[in-house]
Amino acid sequence: MVANRSSVQPNSRSWHKRFPGLSQWLEALPYLLPTIIGFFVFILGPVIASFLLGFTEWDLLTPPKWIGLGNYQAMLFDTPLFWTTLRNALYYTLLFVPGAVILPLFIAVLMNQHLRGVTFYRSVYFLPVVTSTVAVALVWQWLYNPEFGPINYLLKMVGIKGPAWIASPEWAMPALVLMSVWQVIGYNMVIYLAGLQGIPEEYYEAAAIDGATRWRQFFSITIPLISPTTFFILIVSIIGSLQVFEQTYILTQGGPAYATLTIAYYIYQQAFQFFHMGFGAALSYVLFVIILLLTLIQFRVQKRWVFYN
Amino acid sequence: MNIPSTSTRSTSGQPTLALRKPFSARQVNKVTRRLLSHLILVAGCVVMAFPFVWMFLSSLKTDAEIFIFPPHLLPETPHWSNYQAVMDSMPFGWFVFNSFKISALAAIGQLLSCSLAAYAFARIKFPGRETLFVIWLACLMIPYQVNLIPQYVLFRSFGWLDTHYPLIVPSFFGGVFGTFLLRQFFLTLPSELEDAARIDGCSRFGIYWRIFLPLSKPAIATLTVFVFMSNWNNLLGPVVYLSSYEKMTLTVGLAFFRGQYTTQWALLMAGAVISVIPIMAIYAAAQRYFVQGVVLSGIKG
Repeated sequence: MVANRSSVQPNSRSWHKRFPGLSQWLEALPYLLPTIIGFFVFILGPVIASFLLGFTEWDLLTPPKWIGLGNYQAMLFDTPLFWTTLRNALYYTLLFVPGAVILPLFIAVLMNQHLRGVTFYRSVYFLPVVTSTVAVALVWQWLYNPEFGPINYLLKMVGIKGPAWIASPEWAMPALVLMSVWQVIGYNMVIYLAGLQGIPEEYYEAAAIDGATRWRQFFSITIPLISPTTFFILIVSIIGSLQVFEQTYILTQGGPAYATLTIAYYIYQQAFQFFHMGFGAALSYVLFVIILLLTLIQFRVQKRWVFYN
Repeated sequence: MNIPSTSTRSTSGQPTLALRKPFSARQVNKVTRRLLSHLILVAGCVVMAFPFVWMFLSSLKTDAEIFIFPPHLLPETPHWSNYQAVMDSMPFGWFVFNSFKISALAAIGQLLSCSLAAYAFARIKFPGRETLFVIWLACLMIPYQVNLIPQYVLFRSFGWLDTHYPLIVPSFFGGVFGTFLLRQFFLTLPSELEDAARIDGCSRFGIYWRIFLPLSKPAIATLTVFVFMSNWNNLLGPVVYLSSYEKMTLTVGLAFFRGQYTTQWALLMAGAVISVIPIMAIYAAAQRYFVQGVVLSGIKG
């Protein structure tokens, strides 16, 4: 019966039957074509090219010269600045991540009480997110001015002599982080707010009936149930910390005394100011591997603290 | 704790209830807690908004007023001429135009390429679809620095340095965030719609073009503002690719401007205000789509 029916099928249709996958692919292909081209030309191709470039010396003018592991050797053993960028990345991450996680959560929890004017608050906190880091950094540069800036003026009013901020090697990095936290609060707060609204009200009601205090509720209900959101923000914040570029470009250009030289800025300098394309590519691969490792570690560790419903 | 009813009256705003039955400690607590929350949130708003207020007010000051200690918040008389001076000293009109052009074209490119791919990922069955989608999402893990140098070399070989092509063309070839966002939205559209359309003789592409796209306006608006915003604010791309003034976008133009007028703070602030106003206007008009985009970027994790 079955065989009979298939033999009746017109011949042109039979390959559709024989290779159903292929015909489905042909149907999907026109839709996927731009993305597939983009994947090969702008993602996979460059990822491979970057890997290969990392083994060459190339100034864009003369043909690239294969130097094997030369760039990586130079980086690890003869370039103290490379270690400076790693130390700066660590310092930035340690300062930035707590601020980028705790402050937005705190504000989101405050907003999640069905307060009046939440929409207004949200739009104000979100303002720095939509504006460019360039414009924002220009103002902060002025706010940080040690002599005429309003921040040191406020500090002076309460009897503190403010530091030189971005002009001082000790304070430049904290100043950079402060501005970045200010800029990211609204973004992370909106994500937290969405997460908080997904926690059923009944949990809190039940806890309140059992006599749990607000603090107790926060630590026993909110923190565990919001942990997937925290995990996401943590990953994004750490990756972001390793890629800081614009803040440095506008505020400090890596200085003073390399105190704010970030990996991303160093790559930019090496590749596009000194035209050390090979060395820049090698640096970018180190960054890639660090990000990959850190993310993998976090996905491993998350099982211990992230709570999925 | 027993609180006299008269004192709760003023805070509760419900005198009849309060007179009959004094508010419990819990309810009073709730009122103070809310009050305190408002206080903290307002203080936060001041911190958030102050740099923008400072930017705007400083842009109206004279140089002499800028370098006063203690600093004054308000200018003596607003010097709107600073804006004229900025426009005269640099081709800010071009900067605005270029930023608009690049951001708008990039948004169109992302809409087209991402919606096509999202449609295939959501609605066309083909072997390996899920694997392919996961690979596509995994591309998010690649830091842009890794691709930057080879892409630069590629565009240089096309003769595209100091043109807008490197900032626009890649947008027409897919994007992870956009594909994800639109796919999620397409998955929520009922399949009966498709069946009905097909019975009426609508082609696959017709379903995508006449049914899915028009029904996805919220998701499309979200993606548009998101792509527009990130291109408008992008600095690295324009810094790497653009070198002549009339090609520059607002971000790189502003950075250049800063390099030349390091101490002319009033002019710098006026330039910053010019760069911020368009995106803030779009934000004011389409706020919920901005917020929606952020929330979706969070769900993705």
